[in-house]
Amino acid sequence: MRYATLFLTCLRGLVRNPMRAALTVLGIVIGIAAVVAIMEIGEGSKQQIADKFSSLGANVVNIFGASVSTSGVNSGMGGRASLFPSDADAIMQECTDTVISASPLVRASGQVIVGNLNWSPNSIKGGNEHYLDIEGWEVEKGRAFTKSQVDSAARVCLIGQTIAKELYANQDPIGQDIRIKDVVFTIIGVLASKGADGMGNDQDDCLILPWTSIRTRLMGASGSATITKGGAANSTSKVSSTDTFSTSAVNFYPGCDLQPFSGAPHPLRTRTVDSILVKIRNGENATPAMDEMTPVLRRQHKLEPGVLDDFELRDRSQFAKMMTGTSETMSNLLIAVAMISLIVGGVGIMNIMMVSVTERTREIGLRMAVGARPRDIMQQFLLEAVLLCLVGGVIGIIVGRIASQLVSSHYGWPVASSPAAMALSVTVAAVIGIIFGWYPAYKASRLDPIEALHHE
Amino acid sequence: MIELRNITKVYHLGELDLPVLKGISLRIEDGEFVSLTGASGSGKSTLMNLLGCLDHPTSGEYLLDGRDVAGLNADERARMRNARIGFVFQNFNLLPRTSALENVMMPAHYHHPALPTAEIRARALELIRLVGLEERMHHTPAQLSGGQQQRVAIARSLINNPGILLADEPTGNLDSTTSVEVMHMFRELNRQKGITVIIVTHDPKTAAFTDRAINMSDGLILEGVANELQATLAK
Repeated sequence: MRYATLFLTCLRGLVRNPMRAALTVLGIVIGIAAVVAIMEIGEGSKQQIADKFSSLGANVVNIFGASVSTSGVNSGMGGRASLFPSDADAIMQECTDTVISASPLVRASGQVIVGNLNWSPNSIKGGNEHYLDIEGWEVEKGRAFTKSQVDSAARVCLIGQTIAKELYANQDPIGQDIRIKDVVFTIIGVLASKGADGMGNDQDDCLILPWTSIRTRLMGASGSATITKGGAANSTSKVSSTDTFSTSAVNFYPGCDLQPFSGAPHPLRTRTVDSILVKIRNGENATPAMDEMTPVLRRQHKLEPGVLDDFELRDRSQFAKMMTGTSETMSNLLIAVAMISLIVGGVGIMNIMMVSVTERTREIGLRMAVGARPRDIMQQFLLEAVLLCLVGGVIGIIVGRIASQLVSSHYGWPVASSPAAMALSVTVAAVIGIIFGWYPAYKASRLDPIEALHHE
Repeated sequence: MIELRNITKVYHLGELDLPVLKGISLRIEDGEFVSLTGASGSGKSTLMNLLGCLDHPTSGEYLLDGRDVAGLNADERARMRNARIGFVFQNFNLLPRTSALENVMMPAHYHHPALPTAEIRARALELIRLVGLEERMHHTPAQLSGGQQQRVAIARSLINNPGILLADEPTGNLDSTTSVEVMHMFRELNRQKGITVIIVTHDPKTAAFTDRAINMSDGLILEGVANELQATLAK
């Protein structure tokens, strides 16, 4: 029999009893719809997590100073003040294969004052001109600081949404002065909102400055440390606003004689940076980038072979991977549950196909009498079962998509269409048709034509 | 040509052997119009199943066009039935909710080698016209009278140009007027197309339409008895 004819024969066989076909297919429709909806919701939450993490800077490697023990007391990670701003430059220049950009990171804390309002921001961070890009920050209003502003330790800053709201409720903060620990800075930009980070801390409650400005102006102003060398010694609280945008370069990179050593006294912190952020090209796998950076840093730090690293690299994407992994496990579990309903649907198909074979015994007898071989009968009934399942699969995909859209519009859950889910469900439907259609088809093909013809 | 040589058929019912055909030898030439009669239990249904290659004998030889078909397997018998034999049944056995035309086309779909659908359709249309149902070819069996259904079944039996038509009680479910029409149709097919027609019936009136009656009793052939009966009826 030609395949087109066989196909039409099966289709007619099904259409002859549309109500039954519809009810038979229902189980498969529900099963496939469940699989598709769950996969789409799972995919959506996976993408949401991925988006969240790229907003946290998932393709970022953090470089910290290594831990240091002094008199048996271990400082923990970052305890050793071993990172210099020049390390960031060296990484950017030498690790071009894997690294996009690098920025030193320094932190400060303190009160900010505007007019008669004051606020203690969650964080005051300093970076270079690449910092916003590395962290995935957008500037909503105004602009970011430039390289020359970093080089000249300009008294400029960007503020987060929370600070803009608290201190400039109804006004435009751009161009306004803000006092940070008695030093007057000019606000040149407002950052786009980032929301809370993974721990619930408000990321918008922050100020971002050129790192040089923090080192030379805020640290100096606080009086907790003194710059021992370099042109940054002019940082005081009394700065005329004319040198806010001074372009005279300052030497922030101290010479080799100030190379820190194990157990170095803390004043060195004014020349070192807290950490270095490196944006790498491949966020999925940070290992090559880390392997490329390590020798550069070792050379920068003049470490002899055999000496332990005085720094530590940490890959932020590991956390992202863990989170996506969790949501994947969850949706896989749900898919497994949905698969059970598919199997139940398959049993329904088998049940109805058995009834159908019994009911159509005469037809089978007739077909055999006029020349259908057992395998022709087998093919016909198997294809009918597979067709039923495929139709159920297609309807199930549509129903599942509608269901996931409803869920997303009703509960605001993220949903992403998943072609993999569709391909999988169609395959599963066909396989179920074959598995559960096989036995009824086999029974049909084993009928004796003489008895089948006289079946009442 | 059909030739049976000492055919036996024994059914095994548990421990019991039940011989149904006890050594039948029979020859039917091409183009004959034959009836196979006998009381129920005489073995005529079993013989018909053997003639129609639906079953195989326990022993003996069955030569169909000179070829021994007794030893064929199920698939080969299916091919043989499809190509050589047309079946007409008492209860018509049309596919429900399927048009008359589709019913006529159905056996050709199992033809080997496969035929183009257009050709099958053309042939089916011709046969529908031959049985005079061209106006009703898109009707389903439920929309046709008994006689019309049987005419569709006859058209269906002819779709693969068989040499032999095997009709099992073709008038059993029809009234007498329609029965006569159907029997006339068989005679026409026999006369004009030279098809060998074998009618299995228990009804002497139906058997009377045929040229030769083969009467069965208790698993054996009593040829000639029917001829006498025919002669009596003819008077």
